[in-house]
Amino acid sequence: MGRYVIRRLLQMIPVFFGATLLIFLMVNVMGDPIAGLCGDRQCDPATAAQLEKEFGLDKPVWQQYLTYMGNVFTGDFGTAFNGQEVTELMASAFPVTIRLTIVAIFFEIVIGISLGVLTGLKRGHPVDTSVLLLTLVVISIPTFVTGLILQLLLGVEWGWIKPAVSSDAPFNELIVPGLVLASVSLAYVTRLTRTSIAENKRADYVRTAVAKGLPRHRVITRHLLRNSLIPVVTFIGTDIGALMGGAIVTERIFNIHGVGYQLYQGILRQNTQTVVGFVTVLVIVFLVANLLVDLLYAVLDPRIRYA
Amino acid sequence: MPEQLPEPLESFEEGQAIAPTGAGGASDLATAEGETLEKTPGGPLGTGPDKKPRSLWSDAWHDLRRNPIFIISGLIIVFLVIISIWPQLIASGNPLDCDLSKAQEGPQPGHPFGFNGQGCDVYTRTVYGARASVQVGVFATLGVTILGSILGGLAGFYGGAWDGVLSRITDVFFAIPVVLGGLVLLSVVSSNTVWPVIGFMVLLGWPQLSRIARGSVITAKQNDYVQAARALGASNNRMLLRHIAPNALAPVIVVATIALGTYISLEATLSFLGVGLKPPTVSWGIDISSAAPYVRNAPQMLLWPSGALAITVLAFIMLGDAVRDALDPKLR
Repeated sequence: MGRYVIRRLLQMIPVFFGATLLIFLMVNVMGDPIAGLCGDRQCDPATAAQLEKEFGLDKPVWQQYLTYMGNVFTGDFGTAFNGQEVTELMASAFPVTIRLTIVAIFFEIVIGISLGVLTGLKRGHPVDTSVLLLTLVVISIPTFVTGLILQLLLGVEWGWIKPAVSSDAPFNELIVPGLVLASVSLAYVTRLTRTSIAENKRADYVRTAVAKGLPRHRVITRHLLRNSLIPVVTFIGTDIGALMGGAIVTERIFNIHGVGYQLYQGILRQNTQTVVGFVTVLVIVFLVANLLVDLLYAVLDPRIRYA
Repeated sequence: MPEQLPEPLESFEEGQAIAPTGAGGASDLATAEGETLEKTPGGPLGTGPDKKPRSLWSDAWHDLRRNPIFIISGLIIVFLVIISIWPQLIASGNPLDCDLSKAQEGPQPGHPFGFNGQGCDVYTRTVYGARASVQVGVFATLGVTILGSILGGLAGFYGGAWDGVLSRITDVFFAIPVVLGGLVLLSVVSSNTVWPVIGFMVLLGWPQLSRIARGSVITAKQNDYVQAARALGASNNRMLLRHIAPNALAPVIVVATIALGTYISLEATLSFLGVGLKPPTVSWGIDISSAAPYVRNAPQMLLWPSGALAITVLAFIMLGDAVRDALDPKLR
């Protein structure tokens, strides 16, 4: 197990550098970061040259990348061009997005898995058919449409929730945004659980458990669920990174000042340091989540042995 | 006892479950028997007794033609393609012909969906919006499929160093959130055409297909008939094109069909964020985005393009589902 973890950590290194380099190059293509500093007017050449020197933008891209990465490892994510530390922005943005992600994952687990178990056990039943149809509809409506419509109905028409989330973003205001963020994954979790349960339902070990005379709920929770949830856990784990990166749309609709908001602002203002910094952290989250999922595999499924 | 009722139908998988199949009596017979049962009535191809065993493709086609999900989604898609080529067939107006004095007004005779914030006819704009979505979906999928299956297929076939490098590259691409990449790359583009969006999707989408193609080529490579071809002295090219490609194609096609729906959805999302397509291009994403401020007074601005978008994506996803059910022999 220890050797496996080390090997996985080593494998993460090239992916980490590749992904950050890729985003670094993309941001450089994005345009002249200096142009954003002089407002709407054109910078005069002398100021531009001085600013470029100050931010090290006169050096070749690969050198900028190395300097940047060197700084990141000492905890210095640079300064946004408005003078605020990028780490400061992160400290205010990440807790909000993490809360939003927790709400989303909670919905995925509770609603997704329960619906999946229900439909998996009752395959062909009208409940199954209607839930399946519902998941297809949810998958095909893009998140921003779901968000806008829920905001219109719950926030504006019926007044159940506030249409915009306040800047502290406490959990109770994040319920609907979290549901919106989770919606598509929720549908996938339902379908995945359903398929998995339906497949395992006829497995020998379930028959054995039934034959032993175990009560039905014990057969389902201890035997059927534990085996069926392995692919679901994998999906939810890899989804953490996707949710945090995809929160950009939900955060924009509900005016949540999280990671997506800061990234959107950073991109609009061509704020290279902010964009690269936030994406770097998101990439780390994605990689670590994937690693944890792989390790969790061994816990859930004792047949899997990591040499 | 957890199971008292007999399972309704073994082949009752995912998408198919929505439609009443009416074949409830045919319960879960062994696959082989189920096949022969299906074959006999009517003679599926109308050519009398089948002498030649059907290939995977004709078998799949045979299944698809009887799948109501396939027929419905297929009809929707054909309709979409037709109106994206000739929108004037069902919408006589001009989507850019707007009258500010009618802004946000509700439905009127001749304008069944009402007007948007600029006083443009929502019906006409919804019809014309199909073109951008279909173009992006089709061309992005073509690009991604061609690039992904060539890169992934070659990596799977030859293995070795190139395979290792490609796998790491796909890992890198998977680590970058797609919407984010779109925001960064497309925020500088000021083109009014669909091509930058398509280019972006090909750039960030190929790893998904290449991973699928690689896996299915590796599986196909180990088959006995490929080994036999190799033993008979077939060249690499011949093995790839004659033996491996036709057998490795099925999963690629399935994933590509479903991906087509997600590309349409992604285009709308990017347009909503202001970096996808740009006016005067008519696109559902742009219209939904511009509807947001008026949502209270003119909900029709939001609902019609959203509905059209959802139906389009749904059609492609259902088509992909149906094709998967037909092509994956394990589910039969």
